[in-house]
Amino acid sequence: MSMQDSREAAMIGRRTDGTTVRRPLSPHLQVYDMMQMSSFSSILNRITGVAWSLGVVLLVWWLVALAMGEPAYQTAMTAMSHPIGLLVLVSMTVAAWYHTLAGLRHLNWDIGRGFEIPAMYRSGWAVFIGTVVLSVLTWLPAIPGAVEWIAAQINANS
Amino acid sequence: MAQNPSVDTLRSPLGRVRGLGSARGGTHHWFMQRVTSAALLPLTIWFAVNAVFTLAGASYEVAAQWVAQPWNAVLLLALVLATFHHVAAGLQVVIEDYAASEAGKLVGILLVKAICWLLALASVLAVLRVAI
Repeated sequence: MSMQDSREAAMIGRRTDGTTVRRPLSPHLQVYDMMQMSSFSSILNRITGVAWSLGVVLLVWWLVALAMGEPAYQTAMTAMSHPIGLLVLVSMTVAAWYHTLAGLRHLNWDIGRGFEIPAMYRSGWAVFIGTVVLSVLTWLPAIPGAVEWIAAQINANS
Repeated sequence: MAQNPSVDTLRSPLGRVRGLGSARGGTHHWFMQRVTSAALLPLTIWFAVNAVFTLAGASYEVAAQWVAQPWNAVLLLALVLATFHHVAAGLQVVIEDYAASEAGKLVGILLVKAICWLLALASVLAVLRVAI
Protein backbone atom coordinates (compact mmCIF):
# COMPACT_ATOMS: atom_id res chain seq x y z
CA MET A 1 0.00 0.00 0.00
CA SER A 2 1.88 3.08 -1.16
CA MET A 3 0.96 6.68 -0.65
CA GLN A 4 -0.51 8.32 -3.76
CA ASP A 5 -1.60 11.62 -2.32
CA SER A 6 0.40 13.85 0.03
CA ARG A 7 -2.81 14.42 2.02
CA GLU A 8 -2.55 10.80 3.11
CA ALA A 9 0.62 11.60 5.07
CA ALA A 10 -1.41 12.21 8.22
CA MET A 11 -3.09 8.82 7.80
CA ILE A 12 0.18 6.86 7.97
CA GLY A 13 1.72 6.25 11.37
CA ARG A 14 4.63 4.27 12.73
CA ARG A 15 4.56 1.40 15.18
CA THR A 16 7.14 1.27 18.00
CA ASP A 17 9.14 -1.27 15.96
CA GLY A 18 9.41 1.28 13.15
CA THR A 19 7.08 -0.35 10.63
CA THR A 20 4.43 1.86 9.07
CA VAL A 21 0.70 1.40 9.64
CA ARG A 22 -2.34 2.94 8.01
CA ARG A 23 -4.41 4.75 10.66
CA PRO A 24 -8.19 4.18 10.73
CA LEU A 25 -10.44 7.02 9.50
CA SER A 26 -12.08 8.93 12.33
CA PRO A 27 -15.83 8.27 11.97
CA HIS A 28 -15.28 4.52 12.00
CA LEU A 29 -18.76 3.07 12.52
CA GLN A 30 -17.58 -0.56 12.52
CA VAL A 31 -14.93 -0.22 15.23
CA TYR A 32 -16.67 1.70 18.00
CA ASP A 33 -19.54 0.48 20.16
CA MET A 34 -22.33 2.67 18.78
CA MET A 35 -24.57 2.12 21.80
CA GLN A 36 -22.36 4.27 24.04
CA MET A 37 -23.58 7.77 24.91
CA SER A 38 -20.55 9.42 23.28
CA SER A 39 -20.67 7.62 19.92
CA PHE A 40 -24.48 7.33 19.72
CA SER A 41 -25.17 11.01 20.42
CA SER A 42 -22.41 11.95 17.97
CA ILE A 43 -23.61 9.87 15.01
CA LEU A 44 -27.22 10.85 15.74
CA ASN A 45 -26.18 14.51 15.41
CA ARG A 46 -24.92 13.71 11.90
CA ILE A 47 -27.97 11.69 10.94
CA THR A 48 -30.38 14.39 12.16
CA GLY A 49 -28.29 17.03 10.38
CA VAL A 50 -28.54 15.18 7.07
CA ALA A 51 -32.27 14.53 7.65
CA TRP A 52 -32.89 18.21 8.42
CA SER A 53 -30.92 19.18 5.28
CA LEU A 54 -33.42 17.13 3.26
CA GLY A 55 -36.33 18.59 5.25
CA VAL A 56 -35.28 22.15 4.40
CA VAL A 57 -36.55 21.41 0.88
CA LEU A 58 -40.06 21.64 2.39
CA LEU A 59 -39.34 25.24 3.45
CA VAL A 60 -38.11 26.05 -0.07
CA TRP A 61 -41.20 24.39 -1.55
CA TRP A 62 -43.47 26.42 0.77
CA LEU A 63 -41.73 29.72 -0.13
CA VAL A 64 -41.65 29.05 -3.88
CA ALA A 65 -45.31 27.91 -3.86
CA LEU A 66 -46.25 31.12 -2.05
CA ALA A 67 -44.45 33.14 -4.74
CA MET A 68 -46.10 31.16 -7.56
CA GLY A 69 -49.62 31.91 -6.38
CA GLU A 70 -52.63 30.44 -4.63
CA PRO A 71 -53.06 27.14 -6.59
CA ALA A 72 -49.40 26.13 -6.01
CA TYR A 73 -49.70 27.17 -2.35
CA GLN A 74 -52.85 25.04 -1.92
CA THR A 75 -51.06 22.04 -3.47
CA ALA A 76 -48.14 22.43 -1.05
CA MET A 77 -50.45 22.84 1.96
CA THR A 78 -52.55 19.82 0.91
CA ALA A 79 -49.42 17.68 0.61
CA MET A 80 -48.06 18.84 3.98
CA SER A 81 -51.37 18.25 5.80
CA HIS A 82 -51.73 14.75 4.32
CA PRO A 83 -50.97 12.06 6.97
CA ILE A 84 -47.68 11.21 5.19
CA GLY A 85 -46.79 14.91 4.95
CA LEU A 86 -47.56 15.34 8.66
CA LEU A 87 -45.44 12.29 9.49
CA VAL A 88 -42.54 13.88 7.58
CA LEU A 89 -43.07 17.21 9.38
CA VAL A 90 -43.22 15.53 12.82
CA SER A 91 -40.05 13.49 12.10
CA MET A 92 -38.40 16.67 10.89
CA THR A 93 -39.36 18.44 14.12
CA VAL A 94 -37.76 15.68 16.20
CA ALA A 95 -34.60 15.69 14.03
CA ALA A 96 -34.43 19.51 14.16
CA TRP A 97 -34.75 19.70 17.95
CA TYR A 98 -32.16 16.94 18.43
CA HIS A 99 -29.70 18.64 16.05
CA THR A 100 -30.33 22.03 17.71
CA LEU A 101 -29.79 20.74 21.26
CA ALA A 102 -26.82 18.55 20.26
CA GLY A 103 -25.43 21.61 18.46
CA LEU A 104 -25.62 23.61 21.70
CA ARG A 105 -23.78 20.72 23.40
CA HIS A 106 -21.10 20.97 20.69
CA LEU A 107 -20.79 24.77 21.03
CA ASN A 108 -20.23 24.25 24.77
CA TRP A 109 -17.45 21.77 23.97
CA ASP A 110 -16.03 24.22 21.42
CA ILE A 111 -15.43 26.77 24.19
CA GLY A 112 -13.66 24.02 26.14
CA ARG A 113 -16.34 23.12 28.69
CA GLY A 114 -18.20 19.93 29.60
CA PHE A 115 -15.60 17.33 28.58
CA GLU A 116 -15.66 15.42 31.90
CA ILE A 117 -17.31 12.00 31.50
CA PRO A 118 -20.15 12.65 34.05
CA ALA A 119 -20.85 16.06 32.40
CA MET A 120 -20.85 14.38 28.96
CA TYR A 121 -23.48 11.86 30.15
CA ARG A 122 -25.57 14.61 31.79
CA SER A 123 -25.58 16.79 28.66
CA GLY A 124 -26.30 13.73 26.49
CA TRP A 125 -29.38 12.80 28.52
CA ALA A 126 -30.45 16.45 28.60
CA VAL A 127 -30.35 16.48 24.79
CA PHE A 128 -32.43 13.27 24.52
CA ILE A 129 -35.05 14.38 27.07
CA GLY A 130 -35.10 17.95 25.72
CA THR A 131 -35.73 16.64 22.20
CA VAL A 132 -38.82 14.72 23.35
CA VAL A 133 -40.18 17.60 25.47
CA LEU A 134 -39.66 20.30 22.82
CA SER A 135 -41.03 18.10 20.01
CA VAL A 136 -44.22 17.48 22.03
CA LEU A 137 -44.48 21.21 22.89
CA THR A 138 -44.07 22.15 19.21
CA TRP A 139 -46.99 19.94 18.16
CA LEU A 140 -49.16 20.58 21.25
CA PRO A 141 -51.21 23.32 19.48
CA ALA A 142 -52.02 20.81 16.72
CA ILE A 143 -53.49 18.17 19.08
CA PRO A 144 -57.11 19.56 19.25
CA GLY A 145 -57.24 19.61 15.44
CA ALA A 146 -55.80 16.09 15.23
CA VAL A 147 -58.38 14.74 17.75
CA GLU A 148 -61.17 16.41 15.74
CA TRP A 149 -59.81 14.87 12.52
CA ILE A 150 -59.61 11.36 14.03
CA ALA A 151 -63.17 11.73 15.42
CA ALA A 152 -64.39 12.78 11.97
CA GLN A 153 -62.72 9.73 10.40
CA ILE A 154 -64.38 7.42 12.93
CA ASN A 155 -67.78 9.05 12.33
CA ALA A 156 -67.35 8.77 8.56
CA ASN A 157 -66.59 5.05 8.84
CA SER A 158 -69.44 4.14 11.25
CA MET B 1 -3.95 -5.51 6.68
CA ALA B 2 -2.45 -7.25 3.68
CA GLN B 3 0.52 -5.00 3.11
CA ASN B 4 2.31 -2.35 5.11
CA PRO B 5 1.90 1.13 3.65
CA SER B 6 5.10 2.66 2.33
CA VAL B 7 6.01 6.27 1.76
CA ASP B 8 7.67 6.84 -1.62
CA THR B 9 8.39 10.52 -1.78
CA LEU B 10 11.60 12.53 -1.23
CA ARG B 11 9.98 14.98 1.18
CA SER B 12 10.35 14.30 4.89
CA PRO B 13 7.24 13.27 6.88
CA LEU B 14 7.41 16.54 8.87
CA GLY B 15 7.69 18.60 5.70
CA ARG B 16 4.68 16.89 4.20
CA VAL B 17 2.54 17.39 7.28
CA ARG B 18 3.51 21.05 7.46
CA GLY B 19 2.66 21.47 3.80
CA LEU B 20 -0.80 19.99 4.22
CA GLY B 21 -2.99 22.97 4.85
CA SER B 22 -3.20 26.69 4.41
CA ALA B 23 -1.89 28.63 7.37
CA ARG B 24 -4.49 31.34 6.88
CA GLY B 25 -7.78 29.64 6.06
CA GLY B 26 -7.46 26.30 7.82
CA THR B 27 -10.13 27.03 10.41
CA HIS B 28 -12.46 29.13 8.23
CA HIS B 29 -14.77 26.27 7.25
CA TRP B 30 -15.04 25.01 10.82
CA PHE B 31 -15.46 28.51 12.26
CA MET B 32 -18.21 29.53 9.80
CA GLN B 33 -20.06 26.33 10.67
CA ARG B 34 -20.16 27.49 14.32
CA VAL B 35 -21.04 31.09 13.37
CA THR B 36 -23.96 29.99 11.19
CA SER B 37 -25.12 27.58 13.89
CA ALA B 38 -25.19 30.45 16.41
CA ALA B 39 -27.11 32.62 13.91
CA LEU B 40 -29.54 29.80 13.13
CA LEU B 41 -30.45 29.27 16.78
CA PRO B 42 -32.60 32.44 17.18
CA LEU B 43 -33.64 32.46 13.49
CA THR B 44 -34.93 28.88 13.56
CA ILE B 45 -36.77 29.34 16.87
CA TRP B 46 -38.33 32.56 15.50
CA PHE B 47 -39.54 30.72 12.39
CA ALA B 48 -40.73 27.67 14.36
CA VAL B 49 -42.81 29.86 16.72
CA ASN B 50 -44.38 31.67 13.74
CA ALA B 51 -44.91 28.39 11.87
CA VAL B 52 -46.79 26.92 14.85
CA PHE B 53 -48.90 29.97 15.78
CA THR B 54 -49.40 31.81 12.44
CA LEU B 55 -48.50 29.71 9.41
CA ALA B 56 -49.78 26.21 10.27
CA GLY B 57 -52.89 25.74 8.10
CA ALA B 58 -52.90 29.44 7.18
CA SER B 59 -54.77 30.67 4.10
CA TYR B 60 -52.81 31.97 1.11
CA GLU B 61 -53.61 35.60 2.04
CA VAL B 62 -52.48 35.21 5.67
CA ALA B 63 -49.23 33.43 4.68
CA ALA B 64 -48.41 35.92 1.90
CA GLN B 65 -49.10 38.90 4.17
CA TRP B 66 -46.88 37.39 6.85
CA VAL B 67 -43.94 36.92 4.43
CA ALA B 68 -44.52 40.43 3.02
CA GLN B 69 -44.00 42.08 6.43
CA PRO B 70 -40.59 43.80 6.07
CA TRP B 71 -39.06 42.29 9.21
CA ASN B 72 -40.37 38.84 8.43
CA ALA B 73 -38.94 39.07 4.89
CA VAL B 74 -35.53 40.20 6.19
CA LEU B 75 -35.38 37.46 8.82
CA LEU B 76 -36.54 34.86 6.28
CA LEU B 77 -33.72 35.88 3.93
CA ALA B 78 -31.24 35.63 6.81
CA LEU B 79 -32.68 32.23 7.78
CA VAL B 80 -32.42 30.88 4.23
CA LEU B 81 -28.84 32.12 3.67
CA ALA B 82 -27.54 30.91 7.05
CA THR B 83 -29.36 27.59 6.62
CA PHE B 84 -27.87 26.78 3.23
CA HIS B 85 -24.38 27.86 4.28
CA HIS B 86 -24.67 25.51 7.27
CA VAL B 87 -26.20 22.68 5.19
CA ALA B 88 -23.45 22.92 2.54
CA ALA B 89 -20.70 23.03 5.19
CA GLY B 90 -22.16 20.10 7.12
CA LEU B 91 -22.85 17.84 4.14
CA GLN B 92 -19.37 18.60 2.78
CA VAL B 93 -17.77 17.21 5.95
CA VAL B 94 -20.01 14.12 5.85
CA ILE B 95 -18.96 13.48 2.23
CA GLU B 96 -15.29 14.09 3.04
CA ASP B 97 -15.48 11.54 5.86
CA TYR B 98 -17.28 8.74 4.03
CA ALA B 99 -16.60 9.09 0.28
CA ALA B 100 -14.42 6.18 -0.80
CA SER B 101 -12.78 7.75 -3.87
CA GLU B 102 -11.25 11.15 -4.46
CA ALA B 103 -13.36 11.63 -7.59
CA GLY B 104 -16.58 10.73 -5.78
CA LYS B 105 -15.67 13.15 -3.02
CA LEU B 106 -15.10 16.02 -5.46
CA VAL B 107 -18.25 15.36 -7.47
CA GLY B 108 -20.33 14.91 -4.32
CA ILE B 109 -19.17 18.17 -2.73
CA LEU B 110 -19.65 20.16 -5.95
CA LEU B 111 -23.12 18.65 -6.39
CA VAL B 112 -24.12 19.53 -2.82
CA LYS B 113 -22.84 23.08 -3.25
CA ALA B 114 -24.66 23.50 -6.56
CA ILE B 115 -27.96 22.25 -5.11
CA CYS B 116 -27.56 24.46 -2.03
CA TRP B 117 -26.87 27.54 -4.19
CA LEU B 118 -29.89 26.87 -6.42
CA LEU B 119 -32.26 26.21 -3.51
CA ALA B 120 -30.99 29.31 -1.67
CA LEU B 121 -31.40 31.50 -4.76
CA ALA B 122 -34.89 30.10 -5.42
CA SER B 123 -35.88 30.82 -1.81
CA VAL B 124 -34.48 34.36 -1.93
CA LEU B 125 -36.29 35.07 -5.20
CA ALA B 126 -39.53 33.68 -3.73
CA VAL B 127 -39.30 35.82 -0.58
CA LEU B 128 -38.51 38.96 -2.61
CA ARG B 129 -41.35 38.26 -5.05
CA VAL B 130 -43.87 37.96 -2.23
CA ALA B 131 -42.45 40.86 -0.21
CA ILE B 132 -41.84 43.49 -2.90
